[in-house]
Amino acid sequence: MSRSDWAYLSNDLIYITLALFALSFLSYAYETAFSLRANKADGGKYLDRAVTTKARKIASILFVVATASLTLAVIARGISAERIPLGNMYEYSITGAMAFALAFLLIGIKFDLGWLGLPSSILILLILGTAITLLYRPSAPLVPALQSSWLVIHVSSAILSGGIFLLSNTVAGAYLWLDRMERKGERSEFAKRLPSLESLDQLSYRLVAFVFPLWTFAVISGAIWAEAAWGRYWGWDPKETWSFITWILFASYLHARVTAGWKGRKAAWLCLIAGSSYLFNYVYINVWGSGRHTYSGL
Amino acid sequence: MSAPELGATSLLRYLWRQLTSMRTALILLLLLGIASIPGSIFPQRTQSPLKVREYFDDDPSGSKWLDRLYLFDVYGSPWFSAVYLLLFVSLVGCVLPRSLHYFKEIFAAPPGAPSLLNTMEGFQVSPARLESAEAWLKKDKFRISRTSDSIAAEKGYLRETGNLLFHLSLIVVLLGIAASSVFGMRGEAIVNVGERFINTPTNYDNLTPGRFFSLESLPPFTIKVNNFSASYDRKTSQALDYELRVTTKDSLDSSEVNQIVKVNEPLTFGSTRVYLQANGYSPLVTVRDSQNLVKFEGPVPFLPQDSNLGSIGAIKVPDMQPQIGFVSSFFPTAARDEVRGGFSSFPELLDPRLLVSVWKGDLKMDEGVPQSIYRIDTEEMERIGLWALSIGESYAFEVGSITLNGVVPWVNLQVVRDPGKQYALFGSILAITGLLISLFIRQRRIWVRQVGGNIEIAGLALNKLPGLEDEIGRMIREIGDQK
Repeated sequence: MSRSDWAYLSNDLIYITLALFALSFLSYAYETAFSLRANKADGGKYLDRAVTTKARKIASILFVVATASLTLAVIARGISAERIPLGNMYEYSITGAMAFALAFLLIGIKFDLGWLGLPSSILILLILGTAITLLYRPSAPLVPALQSSWLVIHVSSAILSGGIFLLSNTVAGAYLWLDRMERKGERSEFAKRLPSLESLDQLSYRLVAFVFPLWTFAVISGAIWAEAAWGRYWGWDPKETWSFITWILFASYLHARVTAGWKGRKAAWLCLIAGSSYLFNYVYINVWGSGRHTYSGL
Repeated sequence: MSAPELGATSLLRYLWRQLTSMRTALILLLLLGIASIPGSIFPQRTQSPLKVREYFDDDPSGSKWLDRLYLFDVYGSPWFSAVYLLLFVSLVGCVLPRSLHYFKEIFAAPPGAPSLLNTMEGFQVSPARLESAEAWLKKDKFRISRTSDSIAAEKGYLRETGNLLFHLSLIVVLLGIAASSVFGMRGEAIVNVGERFINTPTNYDNLTPGRFFSLESLPPFTIKVNNFSASYDRKTSQALDYELRVTTKDSLDSSEVNQIVKVNEPLTFGSTRVYLQANGYSPLVTVRDSQNLVKFEGPVPFLPQDSNLGSIGAIKVPDMQPQIGFVSSFFPTAARDEVRGGFSSFPELLDPRLLVSVWKGDLKMDEGVPQSIYRIDTEEMERIGLWALSIGESYAFEVGSITLNGVVPWVNLQVVRDPGKQYALFGSILAITGLLISLFIRQRRIWVRQVGGNIEIAGLALNKLPGLEDEIGRMIREIGDQK
């Protein structure tokens, strides 16, 4: 197969992946919607789970297949460009979506994350949709500044951290939503199936604690690479500044939890703020920002 | 008057305690993050001086105000430095006493069991004996302090070590950064292919030494630029590879070494490194006067304006009467359309053209005001000709002629001495090690107390990591089996 064949294969796989995630999303939505249909036998008070178990199962199988297809698309993109597929924002996005989906599945082995399937599949659809429509660039070799083995180490650790920060934010968001519901009264029938506030709070903290050293490593490896490529390890480039701000915010989050005993609502908000600084760095600085991290055509 | 003095010392002590409290350190950390935001919004002089100039051109009075607030020099501003220094002092004041405290504590016995165990984590009651609980905890390497009816046990002291290691290594990183800016230097020089760069202050286009860097201590290396090759994608003009071949000497009488420099592979001379940062073209021109005497000869570096290396430049000939200046553009692959006029359509030298507009008059080079080497102030000059030269071609104007003999590439070498970087890196590696230890080691206490014929067991997970309840469960099962 020629390089352009691989590139076409990768593009086709991305479209297939989009379709699969869309179907998975629909199944999750079906599950969510029909779990609300009250069982007549108990006076419409409780959920009818039997109807929805099948939908959940189909949705998770579709999610796994979609992730596999996305992984193949990323690999094919890499083969077509004869390098690691982390050369422009389109490639960051598809690889980042892959990291997010894989993290979701891996963490799902230990914790029951099925209830997060709906928001997760919609997030992945959004990332991939934006990537293929707005950010798409033909497969091409790397510019000289990116020709370094640090590319793999730095960018993959940064993207992986981003995927897990996003997951911890999704959990923190779910916490805040359920917390609001509980303060107003009782949880809705649908929300009753979701984990307790306590366990959401813990999960979001554990995700951050797990990924914070990786993010620290991403920043440090970036500094080592910058020293080799640009002659300085830290130069307050906008991307560097915002990764520093993200680092500080998550460091404060961990500190607030461990030493100041923050938890619950306050901690969830801080987690969301810290996560948004990562997103801001990824979206705003890449697209509208200036500085050395912007390469020709995104 | 002793009373006010006493007041002053206690006030100072109070301020010091406030500054070194962990709360203040955290607030300062957040403040440092907030303080660094403006630097990503406004262009910074150190990174993009041209954009700062655009700001001043667009809105002079507003920019003056922004400048007074140091918004174009955020990271060197007094307010940024203030936050940075306060954080540093606070960190030192917070971490050092804590380290001392910790070193005392490392040998101390675990604190005794609280009176009500059932309010603690993982509370359970077992009919086992106190001795078998003690034996189990000992076997599991807990540190134990025992009274007649209770046991206090603790494990995972390494967590606190990791915590302190992390904070102490942040201090190492900050010291490394400070050392770089004070004892280091950086400078840039444009060197044409075929020329030699000797590392002395006069050969730099710009040079910024640190406060305690003496220019005499520049290492005496030389770099001869032999060849520069760049390859580009035929369709997109995107650069594929840059390769610079040089011959270097560590000092005037050391042996010559042939080396290759790439964007990610700088040259190293001891603690000084030389980076390939940019490249462009220097047209080789000869300017003759009306008597056909050579008044100027050599390569003139032009400044690239776009990704196809369409460049602007100035050829200044102050030795002619009247003075002559050529306001010029250079296109490595010349093309023309109605919108842009002349432009470059590819960065390689496929069809090079040098556009010269000839001006006569006063070049104002004797006034002592530093001039751009790429521009000419033509206010008091008169235009006397316009031509596009290809290689080998000459153009005769009113008082002389100009010939384009050829084109050579130039490279921008960035020379950096950064003595603090090893310390910053070392500190970072220690920091990440400390972080991993402090986040993933479980430090926990387990208390056991004899109550009647049973024992009560409970614990405390000091860094809230899960697993304590399982551990207590396992303990109860195993000591129950022994019975």
